[in-house]
Amino acid sequence: MTDRHREIYRDEAYEILAELESSLLTLEKAPDDAETIDRVFRAMHTIKGSGAMFGFDDIATFTHEVETVFDMVRRRELAVTAELIDLTLKARDRIKAMLDGDAETDSDRADAAAIIASLRGLCPGGANAPALAAEAPAKDRGGRKEPDDDAARTYRIRFRPPKDIFLRGGNPVALLNELRGIGECTVVAETDAIPLLEDLNPEHCYTYWDLLLNTRRKSDAIKDVFIFVEEDSELSIDVIDYGEAGPDEYKNLGDILLERGDISPEGLRKVLARQKRLGEMLVEAGLVSENKVKTALLEQQHVKERREKRQAAETTGSIRVASEKLDLLVNLVGELVTVQARFGQMAERKNDAEMLAFAEEVERLTWELRDNAMSIRMLPIGTTFSRFRRLVRDLSAELGKDIELSAEGAETEIDKTVIDKLFDPLVHLIRNSIDHGIEMPDVREARGKSRRGRVHLSAAHAGANVLIRVRDDGAGLDREAIHARAVAAGLIAPGAELTDKELSALIVLPGFSTAEAVTSVSGRGVGMDVVRRGIEALRGSMEIDSRPGDGTTVTVRLPLTLAIIDGLLMSVGSGFFVLPLHAVEECIELTRADAAKSHGRDIAVVRGHAVPYIRLRERFGIAGEPPDIEQIVIADVEGTRVGFVVDRVVGELQTVIKSLGRVYRDVDGVSGSTILGDGTVALILDAPRIVRGAERDERDSLQ
Amino acid sequence: MPVEGGDGPMSSQILIVDDSASIRQMVSFTLKGAGYDVIEAVDGRDALEKLSGAPGVCMIVTDLSMPNLDGIALIRAVRGGNSHKFIPIVMLTTESLESKKQEGKAAGATGWIVKPFRPEQLVAVVKKVLG
Repeated sequence: MTDRHREIYRDEAYEILAELESSLLTLEKAPDDAETIDRVFRAMHTIKGSGAMFGFDDIATFTHEVETVFDMVRRRELAVTAELIDLTLKARDRIKAMLDGDAETDSDRADAAAIIASLRGLCPGGANAPALAAEAPAKDRGGRKEPDDDAARTYRIRFRPPKDIFLRGGNPVALLNELRGIGECTVVAETDAIPLLEDLNPEHCYTYWDLLLNTRRKSDAIKDVFIFVEEDSELSIDVIDYGEAGPDEYKNLGDILLERGDISPEGLRKVLARQKRLGEMLVEAGLVSENKVKTALLEQQHVKERREKRQAAETTGSIRVASEKLDLLVNLVGELVTVQARFGQMAERKNDAEMLAFAEEVERLTWELRDNAMSIRMLPIGTTFSRFRRLVRDLSAELGKDIELSAEGAETEIDKTVIDKLFDPLVHLIRNSIDHGIEMPDVREARGKSRRGRVHLSAAHAGANVLIRVRDDGAGLDREAIHARAVAAGLIAPGAELTDKELSALIVLPGFSTAEAVTSVSGRGVGMDVVRRGIEALRGSMEIDSRPGDGTTVTVRLPLTLAIIDGLLMSVGSGFFVLPLHAVEECIELTRADAAKSHGRDIAVVRGHAVPYIRLRERFGIAGEPPDIEQIVIADVEGTRVGFVVDRVVGELQTVIKSLGRVYRDVDGVSGSTILGDGTVALILDAPRIVRGAERDERDSLQ
Repeated sequence: MPVEGGDGPMSSQILIVDDSASIRQMVSFTLKGAGYDVIEAVDGRDALEKLSGAPGVCMIVTDLSMPNLDGIALIRAVRGGNSHKFIPIVMLTTESLESKKQEGKAAGATGWIVKPFRPEQLVAVVKKVLG
């Protein structure tokens, strides 16, 4: 309670005490005046009640005694005497002293005790009379929380509210909803008590409810829901299914006969088909209404489902393991994969049938083990999604926008390391949607949209990838501004007609979105290339789809795991390189004659299209002469076809990625390494960075 | 079915009736903090007057012991009237005495809170009866 409230209480109490004094003096002259007695009682009542609320417990306790006496006076159980007036005046002074907040001395306490004793002495029955004293200003009534670590159980509840519940301001539906908040709930409205229209009082409630509730809470918690109506309602709460397994069920007669071979299954079915269901028979016999049968069946169903669920939960129990242990496991599996590859190569070389069969077996088991180890590190992406709720809430409030975040596919599993690194790029994307995509409520309304904007997050598996989408229903990309900027940057010709897709691809280009002018003009693309780089670091890709007025969708495609790569193994000199396979499009040969034809411009013509290429030998400064016929591996790098020239293309491989040591972490153009079957190290190429580096060098040499 | 109060807390107007300014202040402060719109009345008579000019009131929180027109009489009057017949009425009472509570219930009170109570208890009860 704040001091301000205490201050107000104190002021009010002084006022009441002043009034009380004059009331008591009036009462002394006219001891039978009911109105004055009432006024005195109310004064005590208010001082006591408010006192307890604002932390003046001593006042509350003391005043309670006086109030009790005056309650008796009010009910004509006690007469007003000079002694009573005298005592009450003394009590009033005592309360005032307590209000003043002076330190209470021993004599004060004795004084108070004496007043109370004398007051009690006035009551018929003597000192014992106000037995209420004990229960008066009890603190912290209610608010008791039951431990809810109990096993879940199923309750059967019948709730028949008093007919006049509406006339008491009650709302049975609210109570049912409250029950739904406690646990899984099946509700059936029973309507058989509703009379014919002519007898029906529309202000009465005739419906009653049968419910099945599954919860860990005790039955007291359920009773609490009905606290205000319990006394007048017909309410029964029974446990019909405890957490423990039920008693073994008895076998049906039919099953026993079948087991003993006394009857055939067909025979049994035929006879059973002739038999009517119990429910139908009971309804026909007029013993029970159809609805009652329905609820009983529902109850059966509910319990059955709960039992099944519980059993499933018990059998699929989980354990917590430190993530380092998992990392170690994945590493070991990686080593095993490497050894297995060497073993396979050796078996092939020896060409021994028995050994080959062995190698195949080992390979199968190894891959299975690897897939299993990987799947252990998979986590549902939903944990990340839920962290965005706060972001959306805070940001939209800050900007004065009304935005709702929805999500689907939260259960989609993805490698833990990917999830961790995905957070920042997603924050960027969502910020963009809120900041620049979604319009102000008034603008939205003017455009015929709902005032509330929407950001939708979704995740789904697509092959070995995960697709994550951030969709908003905002204004979409500003085509004109992007076009103008692209022309200014020399990326497109002034009159060029671009498709939406091409236009969207522009904004993630480095040097495009980082320009400040674009940020403010296009109203979009804040740090888009930062996002793109983050995604690419995860070996993912990003696609933007925007429709003017309808909003923007950003699709992020990520590999399921960072630990494994499908790659193309290539060699230059004695070194080995791996290019992620998803980017590779084709391989062509490059003869010396071809190279000579391009006049040192490093451009190959592939089926009529010019494809620039980069010589890895030059890029990485590898010594030695290239072979007469080199290979160009053409890959899709950020939407452009680029060739990488190598000596030899070895073949596809699926391998476990090893991160580079601290010293090599910042080496340009290499994102990791892997160990080949024979123990050689191969470097995994970071294609986008190699291309960017080459472009930079080219620009520098031109200037 | 009563439909009052179905608009959610933002538009829910609550009338609080108590002759103690400090209680009114505390209840009002708490409910406003929880997003409700609050009207205050000092006793039953004042409450009925304010109610006639405020069709949007969807709930009443009232003390029982008050001058002029007490809480019980106020509840009877509201339930007997037309404009706010079905709204929830919660009584504030120090009387944990059964008789007083029963009297209030018989008059048509929806629920009760026993003083002293903590602000969050008040909000919980208001939320509960507003559904």
